[in-house]
Amino acid sequence: MRKVAIIGIGMTKFGELWDKSLRELLVESGLEALEDASEKRTLRGKDIQAAYLGNMSAGLFNEQEHLAAMLADYTGMTEGNRPATKVEAACASGGVALHNAYLAVASGRYDLVAVCGLEKMTDLLASSVTDALASAADREYEAFYGATFPSLYAMMARKHMHDYGTTLEQLALVAVKNHRNGYYNPKAQFRRLITVEDVYKSPIIADPLRLLHCSPVSDGAATVILADAETAKKYTDRPVYILACAQGSDTIGLYNRRDITTMESVVSASKVAYDASGLKPSDIDFVEAHDCFTIAEIMAYEDLGFCEKGEGGKMIEARLTEIDGEIPFNPSGGLKAKGHPVGATGVAQAVEVVLQLRDEAEQRQVKGAKIGLSHNVGGTGSTAVITIYGREI
Amino acid sequence: MGFSPSREWREIAARYRLEASRCESCGRVYYPPRGLCSVCRRKSIGAMKTVNLPRRGKIVTYSVIHTAPLKAFEGRTPYVVAIVDLGGVKIQTLLTDCEPEDIKIGDEVEAVFRRIKEDGERGVIHYGTSFRPVRKVET
Repeated sequence: MRKVAIIGIGMTKFGELWDKSLRELLVESGLEALEDASEKRTLRGKDIQAAYLGNMSAGLFNEQEHLAAMLADYTGMTEGNRPATKVEAACASGGVALHNAYLAVASGRYDLVAVCGLEKMTDLLASSVTDALASAADREYEAFYGATFPSLYAMMARKHMHDYGTTLEQLALVAVKNHRNGYYNPKAQFRRLITVEDVYKSPIIADPLRLLHCSPVSDGAATVILADAETAKKYTDRPVYILACAQGSDTIGLYNRRDITTMESVVSASKVAYDASGLKPSDIDFVEAHDCFTIAEIMAYEDLGFCEKGEGGKMIEARLTEIDGEIPFNPSGGLKAKGHPVGATGVAQAVEVVLQLRDEAEQRQVKGAKIGLSHNVGGTGSTAVITIYGREI
Repeated sequence: MGFSPSREWREIAARYRLEASRCESCGRVYYPPRGLCSVCRRKSIGAMKTVNLPRRGKIVTYSVIHTAPLKAFEGRTPYVVAIVDLGGVKIQTLLTDCEPEDIKIGDEVEAVFRRIKEDGERGVIHYGTSFRPVRKVET
């Protein structure tokens, strides 16, 4: 397998982008990534040999399927009738697109591949969005009984609190931290500071989770350009290498898990990624984690091996995951503050990791970051993609 | 959304009677029922036996939904969703006939046949199994 580098990144602002359509978001992030990759020589759309697109549900959100064809048509990437492929894995769609593109380059099949992530969620009314998102769970045996995504994560939170003594304050601190980081991210949906009290006072959604425990409904797109290490050198002097990329699966229904508060897809994919890269949690300088709800970040601390099962709440309380802490989590603001256009998230995480490793994250820069990890989860943990990145091969 | 009634009809045995399937090869019980054991695979072909889950069990975890419900549940808030353990098999369900503040993890619950939701004014009315707390009889 060949070494793979990210040579260009692009991302739209995340938020309620009323004036931008599905296709405009795609073109904007794609163009930015091509420009970004053209440091030493111009990377043209026609140089891209294949494109992968992560999107969860344009069919339900926008009544538009066959998005890969739209990508090929509108962005000009893959000119010459080359392959464009949409992949779907709920909120891990972007990560799975990255994984597939990584394999396509590592295997030697292609030298230059674009990976896009895209979702436009605000064209639907809120209740319809909740309904569409519920299709990432078991429709006939979870959503049928009225279970929403906030309630599925709320059930994980309640169980975690019951089994390990995790507190509402610890959960709230995750949101407070991620809003603090997002404050410094010009592309974040929410750039405002919040307090633990604000979290407590926000409307109750699915007890014990309140509005400020939840990531928002967002529009946005992100693109990264992958190249093999040799090709990468022709375009840029600041490549970021993918040291490992692994994908894991688990049951579609949360109810069928051995343990409600462990995502075995994450445990298993992270083990593969650590083994493949020869790294361990203590070698990682920062993490972009899938904090779709505050409890998800606490479970990520545990499932990625940064602490023992049940100790996640103590990590946030001890400030270990703050931007200047021992292992910063979500310097971008995470899904909570940066926004969560579901299919775009996995690719947007890669964009943030690259910015951090290039030392270009400005006020939210993790000092001396050399190795980053992204953790992208689909559904209640039914799919997970763990990617480890480094400045050096 | 208008769905064919057959989508509802196919699930009746599992939803109304809590029918599950047991793999005679390894003993695992699946709910909803499966035609193939995903662990024994080929060995389980023809060896998946229909069984009924116990109608009493314990609350594993739950959540009280207050806002942003699914369309079919609008106007029903607050309502309680829960995962219950029925003799080692966990299922997603609704809790009924109880006050949210009285519920605890570990509480004993029993199955009751209930109307779950409807597809608008002219669509299918969906029925299924909800669970209610087992009333403790004072002795």
